[in-house]
Amino acid sequence: MALDKSYLQYAHRSYGMDHERYDWSMLSNRPAITWPGGKKLALWVNVPLQFFPLDQKGEPFKIQGGMTMPYPDLRHFSLRDYGNRVGIFRFLKAFDKYGVTPTFAMNTELAKRTPYLLDTIKERGNEVMCHGMHMDALHYGGQDKQVEAQLVKDSLTQLRELTEQDVTGWLSPGRNESENTPELLAANGIKYFCDWVNDDMPYTFNTQQGNLWAMPLSNELDDTFIMLNNLHSEESYAEQIIDACDYLLKEANEQGGRILSLNIHPWMLGQPHRISALERVLEYVMDQDVYSACASDILNAYTSQIKT
Amino acid sequence: MKSDPGFYDYWPYENRPKIRWPDGKKMAFWVAPNIEFYELNPPANPSRKAWPQPYPATQGYSIRDYGNRVGHKRQMDLLEKYGIRGSISLSTALCDHHPEIIQMCKERDWEFFSHGIYNTRYTYGMSEQQERDMIKDSMESIYQHTGQKCAGYLAPALSHSELTLDLFAEVGTELFGSEGGIYTCDLFHDDQPTPIHTRSNKPFVSIPYSLEMNDTIAFVVNKIEPRRYGQMLKNNFDRLYAEGEESGTIMCIPTHNYQVSCPHRMKAYEEALDYITSHDDVWITTGKEIADYYLEHYYEQAKTDIAQKNAAALQTALNKGAK
Repeated sequence: MALDKSYLQYAHRSYGMDHERYDWSMLSNRPAITWPGGKKLALWVNVPLQFFPLDQKGEPFKIQGGMTMPYPDLRHFSLRDYGNRVGIFRFLKAFDKYGVTPTFAMNTELAKRTPYLLDTIKERGNEVMCHGMHMDALHYGGQDKQVEAQLVKDSLTQLRELTEQDVTGWLSPGRNESENTPELLAANGIKYFCDWVNDDMPYTFNTQQGNLWAMPLSNELDDTFIMLNNLHSEESYAEQIIDACDYLLKEANEQGGRILSLNIHPWMLGQPHRISALERVLEYVMDQDVYSACASDILNAYTSQIKT
Repeated sequence: MKSDPGFYDYWPYENRPKIRWPDGKKMAFWVAPNIEFYELNPPANPSRKAWPQPYPATQGYSIRDYGNRVGHKRQMDLLEKYGIRGSISLSTALCDHHPEIIQMCKERDWEFFSHGIYNTRYTYGMSEQQERDMIKDSMESIYQHTGQKCAGYLAPALSHSELTLDLFAEVGTELFGSEGGIYTCDLFHDDQPTPIHTRSNKPFVSIPYSLEMNDTIAFVVNKIEPRRYGQMLKNNFDRLYAEGEESGTIMCIPTHNYQVSCPHRMKAYEEALDYITSHDDVWITTGKEIADYYLEHYYEQAKTDIAQKNAAALQTALNKGAK
């Protein structure tokens, strides 16, 4: 019994990362920045607006939150749809009540299907980033490059037409990527993407088509991660966000501006029994004198202060 | 395959020879941050996949990288605040990838022990020679970058062979004589140190490392809420501290900077550390210091006690059989 000798060879065992995507850098060693208005903590509320197809193919895997039952899985289809019909309007009221500026990560397919919702967001003037075509149009390792290139192009072109916005941000469905996704995004006018979760601040991500910014959208604080994956209570969700807010604010005061990023789904937190947890969180965080802004504004405030 | 690994004999928790830690302390407390490097594209192992998705596994890889980029400094500052020196379970390739982290820990006199080379290279399927080479490489890396003679082992990603402990003990002797390869964190059978049988019969102990208090087990496997984890740490401490009255106990908190150092978990963790270190009768120490102290003062006594108790139990069984 033995493994191939390559298993004990370590080609990338040298300074920095084991790939060329970004430089090794410890957050605590970076220059301090301040958010507009002298604020220490930026609040980035990111709302995925998603379409989960009933005829889910699940290629190469079934996405979390997607269909799990034999076709037709009406329970999950309609429960996800609930977010776009009902939950989102609870969200909007809460954002307005507490003065929160949200960012919407929209599946292009949903933008096509729900013109009322699209118009509502356009009228509000909030930033829309692209969340891919829909929740069953995954980007994944081994995917045909031409297929993915077309998918990225279609998702962005159509969403830009529909929203009449530049759409410079990207969040992959399931936060999954192929080895080509970053290049395809850069080639299609994307400036920042939110799939990688290795930092609490933006950093430069290298691609052969020009660099992207990786924006730190926490998965650990994602409402579905806490309540659907970890099965924690609504009360615990609120406590976790409040504890994170306290900690980041303290670190921001000592080391320079930080970002509290909340990825929240209207089909999850928009339920009647959960919305108060969101309201409690927003009330608490907005009381801390934070800079509430969309992802692009937060990124621009950051890049304007650092040398690249 | 064996039905029992045979590393240790049955040894009931009651009526053991009484342990007192240095200065008469009744409890030893240590924190073991795992400082790990996971590869984005490791070679495939026949028994275990490194990542659930095909390359690139963006999510799994990047949250672990978060531990080094963001989390390490947070936990290091916190441990320093409470006078705790970390005992690092180290993916030793990190000496090459992130020497800044090694330097910071070295400056604080933290202990480094081997956790393999990468946490994405599993022991499964290795030949004896391959595993020996991997262990030796990891111990040499620690020595080369820190000057420390690696005393402890936690197999990479807790991936073992039947020979793991034997090989670690043997390579330790080969490289550093009686100072190298003296304790393991791989076994979870006790709240006190236990003499371990190895092929080379060298003095070698298991030091309690606690899978239950391990933040990754708590948060990822058991899906524990952060504040409840803080409470569990306090409860774990309270009981072991009380039992230390009878004979010295050990509490270990194994951590990962991509778990406990996330912003929503630090507060509860700090409260627990604050609580634990506010007690007087606690020896705040490292894994190696516990192993050294135990080997010097209690190891022989323990072996004798274990042998006597097993002989007595065997005799009782024989007597019953004779009736």
